[in-house]
Amino acid sequence: MSAGWEVVIGLEIHTQLATKSKIFSGASTAYGSEPNTQACLVDLGYPGVLPVLNKEVVRMATMFGLAVNATVARRSVFARKNYFYPDLPKGYQISQMELPIVEHGEMFITDADGNEKRIGITRAHLEEDAGKSIHEGLDASSGIDLNRAGTPLLEIVSEPDLRSAKEAVAYLRKIHTIVRYLGISDGNMQEGSFRCDANVSVRPMGQKELGTRAELKNLNSFRFIEKAINLEVERQIDLIEDGGTVAQETRLYDSDKHETRSMRSKEEANDYRYFPDPDLLPVEISDEFIAAARAALPELPAAKEQRFVSAYELRADDATILTASRALADYFETLVEATDAKPQIAANWVIGELSGALNKDNKDIGDSNISATDLAGLVNRIHDNTISGKIAKQVFEAMWNGKGSADEVIESQGLKQITDNSAIEAVVQKVIDENPSQVAEYRAGKDKLIGFFVGKVMQETRGQANPGQVNQVLKDLLKA
Amino acid sequence: MTDFHTQTLAELSRGLENGDFTSLQLTEALLQRISAHNDKLNAFITITADEALAAAVRADAARAGGSAGVLNGLPIIHKDIFCTRGVKTSCGSKMLDNFISPYDATVVAKLQQAGAVVLGKANMDEFAMGSSNETSFYGAVKNPWDLECSPGGSSGGSSAAVAARFAPAATGTDTGGSIRQPAALTGTVGIKPTYGRVSRYGMIAFASSLDQAGVITRSAEDAACMLGVMAGFDERDSTSIDQPVPDYTAAIGKSIKGLRVGIVRQHFDVGLEAETGARVKDAIAMLESLGATTVEVDLPNLDLSVPAYYVVAPAECSSNLSRFDGVRFGHRAENAEDLLDLYCRSRGEGFGDEVKRRILTGAYVLSAGYYDAYYLKAQQVRQLIADDFKRAFADVDVIAGPTTPAPAFKLGDKFNDPITMYLNDVYTIGANLAGLPAMSVPCGFVKDLPVGLHLVGSHFSEATLLQCAHQYQQQTEFHQACPEDFQ
Repeated sequence: MSAGWEVVIGLEIHTQLATKSKIFSGASTAYGSEPNTQACLVDLGYPGVLPVLNKEVVRMATMFGLAVNATVARRSVFARKNYFYPDLPKGYQISQMELPIVEHGEMFITDADGNEKRIGITRAHLEEDAGKSIHEGLDASSGIDLNRAGTPLLEIVSEPDLRSAKEAVAYLRKIHTIVRYLGISDGNMQEGSFRCDANVSVRPMGQKELGTRAELKNLNSFRFIEKAINLEVERQIDLIEDGGTVAQETRLYDSDKHETRSMRSKEEANDYRYFPDPDLLPVEISDEFIAAARAALPELPAAKEQRFVSAYELRADDATILTASRALADYFETLVEATDAKPQIAANWVIGELSGALNKDNKDIGDSNISATDLAGLVNRIHDNTISGKIAKQVFEAMWNGKGSADEVIESQGLKQITDNSAIEAVVQKVIDENPSQVAEYRAGKDKLIGFFVGKVMQETRGQANPGQVNQVLKDLLKA
Repeated sequence: MTDFHTQTLAELSRGLENGDFTSLQLTEALLQRISAHNDKLNAFITITADEALAAAVRADAARAGGSAGVLNGLPIIHKDIFCTRGVKTSCGSKMLDNFISPYDATVVAKLQQAGAVVLGKANMDEFAMGSSNETSFYGAVKNPWDLECSPGGSSGGSSAAVAARFAPAATGTDTGGSIRQPAALTGTVGIKPTYGRVSRYGMIAFASSLDQAGVITRSAEDAACMLGVMAGFDERDSTSIDQPVPDYTAAIGKSIKGLRVGIVRQHFDVGLEAETGARVKDAIAMLESLGATTVEVDLPNLDLSVPAYYVVAPAECSSNLSRFDGVRFGHRAENAEDLLDLYCRSRGEGFGDEVKRRILTGAYVLSAGYYDAYYLKAQQVRQLIADDFKRAFADVDVIAGPTTPAPAFKLGDKFNDPITMYLNDVYTIGANLAGLPAMSVPCGFVKDLPVGLHLVGSHFSEATLLQCAHQYQQQTEFHQACPEDFQ
């Protein structure tokens, strides 16, 4: 980043709420069906149909508001945002304008210096999604799929408190984590359940007034968001330093070409003619409703992270990793519950082998080949010295590939650790007998050769001898 | 039987019950009457003869099987604003000339469940925007009392059909007077219930916060019967109100002795044609003779109702009519060059002038920089008017006055003068802005043209209005008069 410039970013996040049916109709919200099979007359905007609010979205928005320490409005109002587009069947989108359901929230991120930083959440409001226009595979015409029309969205708008692409991504990840913790969104970015627009501007360091902003659209992965913002920041700084001015406009990020390009300028922007939707009553929320939502809140990521450090004595960064998703944290806690080993040992297995295997197979923790209790079976065999840590990795791989439980794998593959001292002594004696010159060197003071002998013994026992015992027996017999 | 058409819903119901005739006979007779006389009036957009005959056969079978609903076998007409499954639902517009509704409006479904036989879909002002029925894509409807006159609007097809004895009842909708004004101009009874009393689901929206479904009949008794079937909470309409529906038919028999009738002084000031005023005063005197007392009430903001209405209603209509874009249903321009061209031409060709006028007005009052001065201000005025009514109803049970400033006007007279046309709704609009129930009852003739008495009540006081109208009709015969050409 060029010195002397301050970057100012605000994010608008559209998160799809995980309801079974749409926000104003009974049609299903399931993803990936045949075009226009999940759009009822209400979604299609037929003459005479009317919207009826799905109360579940109010509960979800309320939970989000409470989770980000925001004000949940006792009365919020749906408004119509009027514009024409083929994927918008009614010619208006039902959204919230003047009176959103959530206002004045906050989220804490860690900035570049490792300090906690507060990011203000201006508002979060409920609205319906539009359908999709389809241009591919159609000859000289466009298709419209209205399955997505009417899907509930919560639009979360931040204050312009973010000062770098990294901070923007950190904030976005926090919101992503929290909506999944609350169970109000699956957060699936590929399927568009979690989308983000970024308002980006730059100003000379120390200047109070904000620079002119550009709105970046089409940011559908954490990686793209960081790249796109950095690209836009460079573009704006270059532009200003070359004597130009930034235009207020909407820009589209093209991840293939790695460029942003202008979509429409402020002059071309619609006048949406918002007004309260006369088909819907204001949403009234009682204190009891809010109390019930509060009582239903799960433990939130920040609290869980702290608890993992204090209760399980985990390293702080491990606690952060394990609490990034509720499913992962739950997996870890089930594992800890079922094992006698130290929690940090359990954490190492989850963050190490398990996460590696999941990544390799591109799986979520929920689809893990090895359940938390099965993994506990493995960790317990290390803890009780049945197998060594090294053999355990071999057992893990067999378990991952469906060869059975830890005990079954150990049994069938004969991987049980050798802890019988006399058996170890016999092998050690064999190794001493077969390597007289090395024995002589060792005895002459070349202590480092102990490693050579351990290796030989392990080779003979296919790694199953207890390493501690091998060391001890070797030292004893080599002394003689 | 040749006098089916002279009978009311209640009389026909008794005849069916007694087995004097069947629904099929009744339906056939009225269909014949319609086919003989409709050309004079143009009251229908669609006549559903086949469906009606089939429904009549079913109704007769149901009666024979002992499962007859309240309206079993009784013929009615729907305003073409109500979606009817499998039948063209045009809303009086070229835009929907090709639209076959895939579903039934709640009102349609309820009446069907009660056994009603639908003879057809009535003509109307395009998208219910008009007070003369001249804005219909299907041509103006004529007033049975004088074929050169308008039957009022927007429910002009419904009012003309009932006045011409095509059916004893027709549904209507009322956004600013669209049931009551045509009822007054055709000598029929028209009731617009409290906002939220009848479901709006399946009723093509004009101005959502003002639209309300109701009915046009010849007698208050028939209106009570129809409304009893149509009213009630509907979970598909968030603005419908969950409140029990009283037995309107039982309520109307009671005397109005002691009823407090409010008279608004401004109603009889400027603008009211003298003879019309005289008929209305006679009607009020009749109510007094039946034991009602009159009290003068003040509605100080009444003169603001027309301007407030003509901001709120177009604003909502500009948004409600956006869905007619030529993409999924309705009129679609051919050979559009691009998307914008498709929109502009489909809408340009599909909508008539009055609809365009209101969409433009509505878009204007909602646009950035004008919203506060127009839309917000109009909503504030609306609240003032509602407050005025609330104060008035602390002292009176109903407010009585003229429904229209004068009897039916000649077709073409006001068509090119929107403002004069809009002023025809000056007495009726207040009830819509305040969400109050109101009705028009025939109260005499001025130069052989009928005029109406307008009754407005407090929220959910339909039973009182119907009672007042019924008791009045027990003493008068205006509603029994039949236009000469339609005896």
